[in-house]
Amino acid sequence: MNSLSDFVVVSALLFGIGVYGLVTKRNAMRLLFAVELMINAANLNFVAFNQYLPYQEASNAVGQTVVLFSIALAAAEAAVILAIVVVAYRLHNDIDVSEMKTLEG
Amino acid sequence: MAVVTVGGAIVSLEAKELVYGAIGLAGSLFGVATLFFLLNAPYVAAFQLAVYIGAVAVLILFTVMLVRQEGWAKEVRPKSTTTVAGVIAAVAVILALTFAVLATDLSRYTIVANTATYVDVGRLISTGYAPVLEVLALVLAASIVGALALSRVDREGDAS
Repeated sequence: MNSLSDFVVVSALLFGIGVYGLVTKRNAMRLLFAVELMINAANLNFVAFNQYLPYQEASNAVGQTVVLFSIALAAAEAAVILAIVVVAYRLHNDIDVSEMKTLEG
Repeated sequence: MAVVTVGGAIVSLEAKELVYGAIGLAGSLFGVATLFFLLNAPYVAAFQLAVYIGAVAVLILFTVMLVRQEGWAKEVRPKSTTTVAGVIAAVAVILALTFAVLATDLSRYTIVANTATYVDVGRLISTGYAPVLEVLALVLAASIVGALALSRVDREGDAS
């Protein structure tokens, strides 16, 4: 667990599990879980590459900084998704995304 | 820790109860935080712990437990063709990425000696990336206000 490829492989596993969840699940909360897993896979890659292959020796904090912003964005996104799910449940009594066809043209 | 991360991810999607799924997600996020520690990035790890475990996972857990109703627990069993398609897609993505990584010489690199400390990160955030920080604060405020406006319950009964 100390070479760059180990971290990248773990990240690939997380991303693959996220893809599986997005394809198979129809419950809106499960979709939120899957999206969070994929965001975490991306963050892990950012930090791993930053620590092993820094852009410049002098300023090798760019990857960590970007991940900090990414985590904050993901938190905002999760809050909005939860609010939308609560509203959708109030309207439909259901959070099955295949049942939500109000916006379908 | 890789086992915790990947195992938690699988539990979060496959657990029967949504609450256990949320706990599995928290476990997976905790695993990622420990991987950040292993990567010599303690500031990002602490941020991940505070924001993801402390805020997002708890938010999801409370929403799931407070709004526990029939419609949330209902999970249509996916058609077997969908499951097969999902497994094939996931395995294809994992194999493609893994073989692409193993085909390169990434494993010969070692972690750089002078990895960035929290001082470097803080300096970068407050100088070069300060506009990004400001915009991110606006985005956070807007999303919180939006979430509150969406989930507002009208007690007056008037149309909102």
